[in-house]
Amino acid sequence: MAEEVKLIRTWSSPFALRIVWALKLKGIEFETVLEDLASKSPLLLQSNPVHKKVPVLVHNGKPVSESLVILEYIEETWKEKPLLPEDPYEKASSRFWAKFSDEKLLPSVWTVFISQGNKQEEALVPALENLQFIEEQLEGKKFFGGEKIGLLDLAIGWMADMVSVLEEVTGLKLIQEDKFPLLSAWIEIFADVPEIKESGAPREKLISKFQAIRDAYAATK
Amino acid sequence: MGDEVILLDFWPSMFGMRLRVALAEKGVNYEYKEEDLSNKSALLLKMNPVHKKIPVLIHNGKPVCESLIAVQYIDEVWKDKAPLLPSDPYQRAQARFWADYVDKKLYTLGSKVWQTKGEEQEASKKEFLDCLKLLEGELGDKPYFGGETFGFVDVSLITFYSWFYAYETFGNFSIEADCPKLIEWVKRCMEKESVSKSIPDPHKVYEFVLQLKKKFGIE
Repeated sequence: MAEEVKLIRTWSSPFALRIVWALKLKGIEFETVLEDLASKSPLLLQSNPVHKKVPVLVHNGKPVSESLVILEYIEETWKEKPLLPEDPYEKASSRFWAKFSDEKLLPSVWTVFISQGNKQEEALVPALENLQFIEEQLEGKKFFGGEKIGLLDLAIGWMADMVSVLEEVTGLKLIQEDKFPLLSAWIEIFADVPEIKESGAPREKLISKFQAIRDAYAATK
Repeated sequence: MGDEVILLDFWPSMFGMRLRVALAEKGVNYEYKEEDLSNKSALLLKMNPVHKKIPVLIHNGKPVCESLIAVQYIDEVWKDKAPLLPSDPYQRAQARFWADYVDKKLYTLGSKVWQTKGEEQEASKKEFLDCLKLLEGELGDKPYFGGETFGFVDVSLITFYSWFYAYETFGNFSIEADCPKLIEWVKRCMEKESVSKSIPDPHKVYEFVLQLKKKFGIE
């Protein structure tokens, strides 16, 4: 029976991109369905009626929503090239840091990049603290997953291209190499992995998008 | 072989209760340590330096934080008894999705119900009930969210029951009126010893919330 795997996503969503990476790393063939969030398709509304968000993975007609839930589903369905360790404690640790990335790290970094002046200086404090926690997780490791890419690398992977785009848009260097040597090294190694390298959104397009968002925030002050 | 299991908790926390239920389901002996959240212990700060929150499960000296992550850990370590997550990957994804939904919505909306008044409170009540109705729909005719047996989503949601009386009293509404099937499910769960022994008396929770309101000047 042929497997049908569809990924409903937008061109720029970092949450969707982590699913692209997981599918490619596992060698799973899939079809992309690009969404325009200003005009959501019936397929999206039907597949994720609760949140109406991307990404949604549709496997043989059955939808799975929420990117971290999708990653675990992919891991459990296609068992080759595992992304999670076997040991329950190590698994719990990966899950903890993935949640931290989504609930604390990403929002705090985002706030730095959309704010100006004093507000930006204030926003830097929690962002740098959060980055320090993540830096410590890389101690003695090449990837967050150890020798190989794991689920946590995919969860934090938004840092690899988004941060440099945001740094270019704002002129603020957030991840300084002397302060975050391990994270800086990881960003280079991660971005260089073939499946990651070939999947990124066009950089110029991302720069325009974030410039527009930052301008819109500045205009509301 | 001795397993040392410690739970750092705070008695009215619906998140901490989840771990009490899960550990009871698995028949695990553990030491319960009550935290004073206005004066957090050195142990708590050491075991959860990132969030400094309860609950924290400490298993043979190693901490697991974030309640749903800890419940999954408990399910995976003590896997020979009372499995909480199903074995099919798609059903596991559905269980994780709905537990995540409970986490994302219920606490915040419930808090708004007892912390606000007037129009804001009315709006919060409506949103809160809408969430419960969605969950009730997801339960359908099944005895538990897990199907025939008590499972992951049941654990994640049942603990909020201890706060229902507080929400209803401060919000002046009845959850049973809008979600009768959900309350039937609550009663079914409360028949389980692992649940009834882990969840405090809703009237005690109400008293606690009353104290909180006074302390923070929320009338």
